[in-house]
Amino acid sequence: MIRLERLSKVFGTVTAVDGVDMEVPEGEVCVLLGPSGCGKTTTMKMINRLIAPSAGKIFIGGRDTAGQDDVALRRSIGYVIQQIGLFPNKTIEDNICVVPDLLGWPRRKSRERAAELLSLVNLDPALFLRRYPKELSGGQQQRVGVVRALAADPPVLLMDEPFGAIDPINREVIQDEFMKLQAALRKTVIFVSHDIDEAVKMASRIAIFRDGRLVQYDRPDDILAHPKDAFVADFVGQDRTLKRLRLVRVEEAMMADPPRVQAEDTLDTAVALMREHGHGSVVMVGPRGRARGQVRLEAADGRRGLVGENHEPLPGTVLVGDDLRTAVARMFEHDVTWLACVDADGFYKGYVTQRGITHLLGATYGKRS
Amino acid sequence: METFAFMVANWPVILQRMGEHVSLVGAAILIAIATGVPIGIAITANRKAADAVLYAASIMITIPSIALFGLLIPILSLIGQGIGYLPALVALVLYSQLPIIRNTYTAITNVDPALREAARGMGMTTAQRLREVEIPIALPVIVSGVRNAVVLSIAIAAIATYIGAGGLGTFISRGISQTDIRQLLTGAISVSALAIAADAALLGLQRLLTSPGLRIR
Ligand SMILES: Nc1ncnc2c1ncn2[C@@H]1O[C@H](COP(=O)(O)OP(=O)(O)OP(=O)(O)O)[C@@H](O)[C@H]1O
Ligand SMILES: [Mg+2]
Repeated sequence: MIRLERLSKVFGTVTAVDGVDMEVPEGEVCVLLGPSGCGKTTTMKMINRLIAPSAGKIFIGGRDTAGQDDVALRRSIGYVIQQIGLFPNKTIEDNICVVPDLLGWPRRKSRERAAELLSLVNLDPALFLRRYPKELSGGQQQRVGVVRALAADPPVLLMDEPFGAIDPINREVIQDEFMKLQAALRKTVIFVSHDIDEAVKMASRIAIFRDGRLVQYDRPDDILAHPKDAFVADFVGQDRTLKRLRLVRVEEAMMADPPRVQAEDTLDTAVALMREHGHGSVVMVGPRGRARGQVRLEAADGRRGLVGENHEPLPGTVLVGDDLRTAVARMFEHDVTWLACVDADGFYKGYVTQRGITHLLGATYGKRS
Repeated sequence: METFAFMVANWPVILQRMGEHVSLVGAAILIAIATGVPIGIAITANRKAADAVLYAASIMITIPSIALFGLLIPILSLIGQGIGYLPALVALVLYSQLPIIRNTYTAITNVDPALREAARGMGMTTAQRLREVEIPIALPVIVSGVRNAVVLSIAIAAIATYIGAGGLGTFISRGISQTDIRQLLTGAISVSALAIAADAALLGLQRLLTSPGLRIR
């Protein structure tokens, strides 16, 4: 969708961007990441030609942007800046409708769209459309800034540290909102950040820049698991393994098809099963396979009776779709080393162990480094 | 009291002089806005040009009005308009340039660069950016420059009576030459009243033209 070919920008004696080649597929979020002054903003602004490239080409949807009218090009690209840049003299409604108005949309259509977009970011149109930017909180303004970029439904969105000015708690909320929006709209997004956590959370691909050069361009998990060099490893941080916890789903670390018992089984059966697998406990499932409780070897060994009368509650469960961070947090919370994994309907799917997680994260490191 | 009696007795003349005064200042201000605002905007593009223009305009305003009229007489005599309405108009237009150009320039350059960038990035042309964003935001400050120019012009126009431009200054000049305190005070009071009224009216206009979004703080 967006392709940069040997793109460079020289300001006087400073080479801000140096021969960058990359391609962002349609519908993906590409985060440009790197320390201050590495050329992220310059790269982004060359895409909507706020900065003219010194060398190289940019293609959007296969068309070279150099041959196009700058103004028309910019109207077809959503743009969000860190300072938000809402026009203080215009109402929220008119701010959102800037590009539709420039494009000459019928007024009704654009105003309806403004209302619809506001509700998408949980701002009540009845309350906010007629307000002025100063009457909104920072977070609310930032939401309007994002929505304004989406107003004319551009296929491409450029965002320069859009959530940089917001406090960490609100930032998480807005990031989540944006991801939901993006899941529905599937725009091709280029997103500048210098926050590795934000990048890991939002990106389908991360492009790491250093001194104007593109050092590594990969999926977030690959960047964390296989940093290309010491610079990248250092930039993503000593705790990159912990960051990966966010990216890996419970499913991937889970032991599937686990042993299980039912209420009408005897404790002997349960004990035999645990011994066979070398487990300290076994999950009891209901008639259709929902996780209902557990039997611990320690408690059941040497006793007689049915599982149904002797089971204990499960210490904790985790959804197969959750990330490993959630799983690990829950283990700490309940002081256990394993968790039963269930699907959204509560069916028992497998279990994760601390050992399994450690092993999975370690194994991917082993592959390349 | 005598002055009051004089004013009551001569109100038709006062009104006529007031009319001359207002039409002279009004025409001068309209021309000054039509020239000063575009100049103020144009010089935002170039720092050096801005410095030069603002410097020239500041020099202009330091020239005593009598001297400026004196300078204009030989120049405008070339087209047979050495005294009367035209030199007064030209002088007022020149004096009004500084407050209008300076305020326009300052207001436009003070617009948050982020807004300019957002406007450009969303695909506004330069003209659209000026119309939709920069001028509306700069407007309160521009109008306050116009207010300064109006008050200044009303005062200077009173002196233009010496080159035969009429207006309320006539009472003052006659008052001086005939040592008639009534005429002098009539002139002075009506010039002040006009200035105060014009300023108040423009303040109202300024409030009206300011987007509510800029008023909130
Ligand atoms: N207009 C300009 N004139 C001269 N040099 C510039 C200009 N714009 C950027 N630079 C230089 O180009 C380099 C890259 O700047 P850029 O703004 O792209 O960095 P960045 O990665 O966005 O940094 P940050 O994270 O601080 O925003 C810097 O060294 C900067 O000083
Ligand atoms: Mg930047």
